[in-house]
Amino acid sequence: MKLSVVLNEGPYQHEAADTAYHFIRSAIAKGHEIFRVFFYHDGVYNGSRLTTPPQDDRNIVERWSALAEEHNLDLVVCVAAAQRRGIIDESEQKRQGKDANNIAPGFRISGLGQLIEAGIESDRLVVFGD
Amino acid sequence: MAILHTVNKSPFEKNSLETCLRIAVEGSSVLLIEDGVYGAMDGTSLNGALSEAGNRLKFFVLGPDLAARGLSEDNVMEGIEVVDYEGFVDLVTGHDATHACL
Amino acid sequence: MEPTPEEYEGDDYEGGVVKKFMYVNRRAPHGTVYAQESLEVVLIGAAFDQDVSVVFLDDGVYQIRKDQDTGAIGTKNFSKTFRALEMYDVEKLYVEKESMEARGMTEDDLNVPVEVKTSEEIGRLMEEQDVVLSF
Repeated sequence: MKLSVVLNEGPYQHEAADTAYHFIRSAIAKGHEIFRVFFYHDGVYNGSRLTTPPQDDRNIVERWSALAEEHNLDLVVCVAAAQRRGIIDESEQKRQGKDANNIAPGFRISGLGQLIEAGIESDRLVVFGD
Repeated sequence: MAILHTVNKSPFEKNSLETCLRIAVEGSSVLLIEDGVYGAMDGTSLNGALSEAGNRLKFFVLGPDLAARGLSEDNVMEGIEVVDYEGFVDLVTGHDATHACL
Repeated sequence: MEPTPEEYEGDDYEGGVVKKFMYVNRRAPHGTVYAQESLEVVLIGAAFDQDVSVVFLDDGVYQIRKDQDTGAIGTKNFSKTFRALEMYDVEKLYVEKESMEARGMTEDDLNVPVEVKTSEEIGRLMEEQDVVLSF
């Protein structure tokens, strides 16, 4: 089946980011296709390149980037939520006249329409939040 | 058409499980995950309500979250099936839609 | 400046598939951002011509309370935007009777037209959905 996931919370603060990750890995292992992972509300923080968690703990952001690369996943960070929270890519940096960008590899920033499209195009959509 | 409801908060912290039980239709399923797994344990004040709900709903609990919290699968209420993440995926694909009762 | 729906969403959805989407709101407004950001999803989603229901359960019923005035807390009063839903053809707004009554509210306290449904009716409506979004 084609599955999409929505993640509403940031890394470490809530278990949602972990549960979503394990769910997705299991879905892939079972042969399902992940259409999109959409990051909303504080979920956009999963796409921050600048996190430096302690070495003896999982690196949630890098884990997403690695999973995206390994399985060609579409990780989409919501632009409106990202703008509020300061997660930007190079083009947003230029658009908004900021002095830096911080999106992690494997993520792209796009509109809420991508969430709706994921619901339309997927067989199942699962939300992880608080 | 059956819905899978997921409940991720402890029933002693939030009313999510309570609301879920109130709206879940007979034949639908409830999967307890994250802090929601505390609701699956035997010997809590919720056992009565959950037993009764178990007559019309199917209950599941996520094993990895039990283990993380030092909760033994042996102490899970009767009638609640323990699943792993692959079981979670099967529940999602085996139901028509998933409602995250956050 | 906040992006408008037109800025980011491009053309209207022309895929032809119509699914039943239910947006579930269970949190109060202002104390957290979920109410405001979920409304943004509903508004953007309206361009996709899907079969949309918006449900207010538990503290979600507070989101559509009349007379909200955020002046003193200095935040955006997005509650007025609920009235725009009709213009976007999002007309199926449902409030759970039990949630409303538990909070001492009636339909007169609300700022948009809604249909009041029992828990059981909300549950049965949910069973019909293809996609259920929670915030």
